[in-house]
Amino acid sequence: MNLQFIADGLISGSLIGLGAIGITLTYSILRFSNFAHGDFMAWGAYGTLSVVAAIGALVGTTAPIGALSFGWPLILAAIIGMMLTACLALLLDWLLFARLRDRGQSIIVVMASFGASMALRSLLEFIFTSSPTYFSRGIQMAIPIGLGIRVTPDQMVMLATTIILVTGMHLFMQRSQTGREMRAYSQNPALARVVGIDTARVVRATWIIGAALACAAGVMVGILVQIRPLMGLDLLLPMFAAAILGGIGSVPGAVLGGLIIGLSEAAAVQLIGAEWRAAIAFAILMAVLLVRPMGLFGRAER
Amino acid sequence: MSIPTSPILDVRGLIAGYEPGLSIVKGASIHADEKEIVVILGPNGAGKSSFIKAIAGLVPVTGGQVLLDGQDITYGAAHLRVRQGLAFVPQTENIFPLMTVEENLRVAGGVLPKSEVQGRIDETFTMFPDLARQRKLAAGALSGGQRQMLAVGRALIVHPRVLMLDEPSAGLSPKFVEMVFARLSEIRRAGLTIVLVEQNARAALAIGDRAYVLVEGREAHEGAAATLWDDPVVAELYLGQRRHA
Repeated sequence: MNLQFIADGLISGSLIGLGAIGITLTYSILRFSNFAHGDFMAWGAYGTLSVVAAIGALVGTTAPIGALSFGWPLILAAIIGMMLTACLALLLDWLLFARLRDRGQSIIVVMASFGASMALRSLLEFIFTSSPTYFSRGIQMAIPIGLGIRVTPDQMVMLATTIILVTGMHLFMQRSQTGREMRAYSQNPALARVVGIDTARVVRATWIIGAALACAAGVMVGILVQIRPLMGLDLLLPMFAAAILGGIGSVPGAVLGGLIIGLSEAAAVQLIGAEWRAAIAFAILMAVLLVRPMGLFGRAER
Repeated sequence: MSIPTSPILDVRGLIAGYEPGLSIVKGASIHADEKEIVVILGPNGAGKSSFIKAIAGLVPVTGGQVLLDGQDITYGAAHLRVRQGLAFVPQTENIFPLMTVEENLRVAGGVLPKSEVQGRIDETFTMFPDLARQRKLAAGALSGGQRQMLAVGRALIVHPRVLMLDEPSAGLSPKFVEMVFARLSEIRRAGLTIVLVEQNARAALAIGDRAYVLVEGREAHEGAAATLWDDPVVAELYLGQRRHA
């Protein structure tokens, strides 16, 4: 049996997991399913692409780093892109979600996120057209790493970056005061106010972190696959499945959920057929909801 | 009753409720002096809980005034009141169950300068040795009495000037009720002002200085805690409910 699907699954799964962190945090802290989250990925990727172009116009072409397909401008642009995506999320919250959240009906906020998602996507198609684009059009040679598995240098760096981001995020949630405040707020918003937590700050932190990680995931998908206005929408269901599978509110859960979804999808492509790929996330989501609605790391008690 | 100095907590004609136009608190006034234990009693549905929550900033206020040490905090955000020295212990769900005992204290220490947090946590553990032994335990696994201690310890970590509690004895066994009230007496002796809403009138009045009876969202009676229970007016206000209290 060809074990290539394990490497493919781990890489796509880690990106799904990275995106799912934002979904799980928005769900547990702001208490709604944000269907526009996938579009933060796409906007992050396009924003980063624009910054790369701007840097290119300023300093000319730069050589790629080592065997990678990209150079330092992309790294710098990705950091700026993360900030821009965070600003987009904050703007959207200020314009739309905060007003609706105050009315207290979560279904209205969910529907608004549907609308926001469509608007964001259409806007991307309007600005950048719907044809796919790339950070780099160069072809990378995959390196054999044993057991018949081959990975490209880009893939290895993306996997390592994801591990660093996820570990950092987990430590942030566990050790920092803001992380503790976010966990406290997700458990009991009224009590959070009683203990002196500035809840507006917690909401802002949630948007900033979720959007920045979505941008990072979007850029990585852009590097490894391609950039399209629909890229976020395509990953939305797998990301939700990962967040629910891992247990809403759990950062490690979202990542583990992402890996399970990614591996299952890759296995399905290899063993059953590529047309079943999308069905797998959905099947896992349904199975989890039936068997363990609180997810792997979720708790029944609130 | 005359007030010798200006009270540390002065609530004047407070009107509050969750829905606009549907007030639960309808012009209630109380005050608490330095180092005083003030008890708020009243029959079920009198609006006691909403009243204390409105003072804490958790129920929208539409009229009246809340003064803390002369400063008007009526419409201030709830989280700012803690910084100003007004701490509140809700009746239920007053801890973060999925966080450890220590994290519960640490998250509340966020309003303090960073360098002081650890000292305050140690201080709380000295005050409540039971909690120190369980510092790494998820707070949700604590017993009812221990939860209440954690909630009080958490409120005290900021060294508030006024500590407000909503029915601290609710759901506790008589042994724990006694323990909680003994602790509150100690805390007051350390210089704190305590405002207490209670159904368990006897236990609360035993440690209280002054008490108010709240009826239909207004204070209907005020008196010394020691004599309040025998006041025929109070019996009438409770409409025969005092046998069950």
